[in-house]
Amino acid sequence: MSNIPSELKYTSSHEWVRDNGNGTVTIGITDHAQAALGDIVFVELPEMGNEYEQGDECTVIESVKAASDVYCPIAGVVVEINENLEDEPEVINSDAYMEGWIFTLEMTESLDHLMNAEAYAAACADDAH
Amino acid sequence: MSQRTALYKKHQESDAKLVDFAGWDMPIHYGSQLNEHKQVRADAGMFDVSHMVILDLEGDDAKAFLQHLLANDVEKISQQTGKALYSCMLNHDGKVIDDLIVYYLADNFYRIVVNAGTRAKDIAWMQQQLGDYQATLTEREDWSMIAVQGPNARDKACSVLSTDEAEQAKALKIFVGASIGDYFIARTGYTGEDGFEIMVNNQQVAELWDQLLAAGVKPIGLGARDTLRLEAGMNLYGTDMDETTSPLISGLTWTVAWQPKSRDFIGRAALEQEKAEGVQQKFVGLVLEDRGVLRGHQTVITATGVEGKITSGTFSPSLGRAIALARVPADIGDTCKVAIRNRHLTAKVVKPQFVRHGKSCL
Repeated sequence: MSNIPSELKYTSSHEWVRDNGNGTVTIGITDHAQAALGDIVFVELPEMGNEYEQGDECTVIESVKAASDVYCPIAGVVVEINENLEDEPEVINSDAYMEGWIFTLEMTESLDHLMNAEAYAAACADDAH
Repeated sequence: MSQRTALYKKHQESDAKLVDFAGWDMPIHYGSQLNEHKQVRADAGMFDVSHMVILDLEGDDAKAFLQHLLANDVEKISQQTGKALYSCMLNHDGKVIDDLIVYYLADNFYRIVVNAGTRAKDIAWMQQQLGDYQATLTEREDWSMIAVQGPNARDKACSVLSTDEAEQAKALKIFVGASIGDYFIARTGYTGEDGFEIMVNNQQVAELWDQLLAAGVKPIGLGARDTLRLEAGMNLYGTDMDETTSPLISGLTWTVAWQPKSRDFIGRAALEQEKAEGVQQKFVGLVLEDRGVLRGHQTVITATGVEGKITSGTFSPSLGRAIALARVPADIGDTCKVAIRNRHLTAKVVKPQFVRHGKSCL
């Protein structure tokens, strides 16, 4: 069973969202997602200042197997990116929720549409069937 | 319902992630494709390649038939028992039906290994071409095959054989196979490392697998097999060449035996015409200078504006950068651009061989 921290919010496309409590959210991909992708070798980060709508393709993660899109979980403007991923993309595999964060958004909508940990765990369980 | 090799249970025991490959349930990895890749480059790993097709060709006309069937000439191996030859099997248009390995066992006995994905059409084609040739083709479905590859592969494999068998296996020269005990062992592979490919009865293969595992040979999935062969610059059928491409634009001109001129192999006329008209494309290696990953089907942009295509690409675990095989205009320079999503990244054009025996060729 993959690790699903209770304090985060989730999407059905396997992104996690951390509410920083100051109008910004930090975004990454879940432990379930990194396990499915396998060894990650490259991350094409969004650019600072990019503005996204909910569901926009905002990042590409390449594993040895394939390229995979990350969809923006929430509308907003990119205010921080994890440049460390350029040199060490594999930290997403080893630490998806902390060191493996991808970018931070100043959000322009609420988090209400996102799933809590329980709902996401149920969605992953459905996926497995 | 997918087919399963005789090693299916062994893969489950090693926590393999199994995927469909050419109608077979095969291990793509056993945890980490990257670690498995490095294991083969640094030590020894083993692949279940039992899905591949072993064909025995026996009869008085076996040699004459193969000299007609194959673009390479089995005359080259007909002096040395067990010697292997890599060849394309072409259609009449000079396009590639499959690539294969053929072993010379006797004047009336050759052993052929073809790809799993092309099994049905290969056998149908060979049977159709057999016509009046006095030879019979037998599929060895009773056999499995394990490839043991890496700098320590031969030593570790020999450690599970009897003293007598090990002595014979150690004596095998590169690209030579022999019947040794209950096995057919060949010093061949698809990784750019030294090692063996071992054919063995379906009933005995699990025992051999366990012995190799105990000797420190790690199981390796088909994912790493693909990155290893790509680093070695070895073509993959269906990706780098198929029935729409000739060997002359697939980096396989070296496998076409033009001499003697009198040898009338299938596809010869078409290849000679192609050569006479001037081959417009060539097959090269690409190394990405920028960050990113090269993948099959990406477009190659050259200085003249004529485009090429990547046939297979990956992130090279040994080199830490992206590499690819590509079919490009013959007049391509030393560098080119590759279109990756909305960006044009710079790549260096190199000979299609990136890593051999654990060392970079760049």
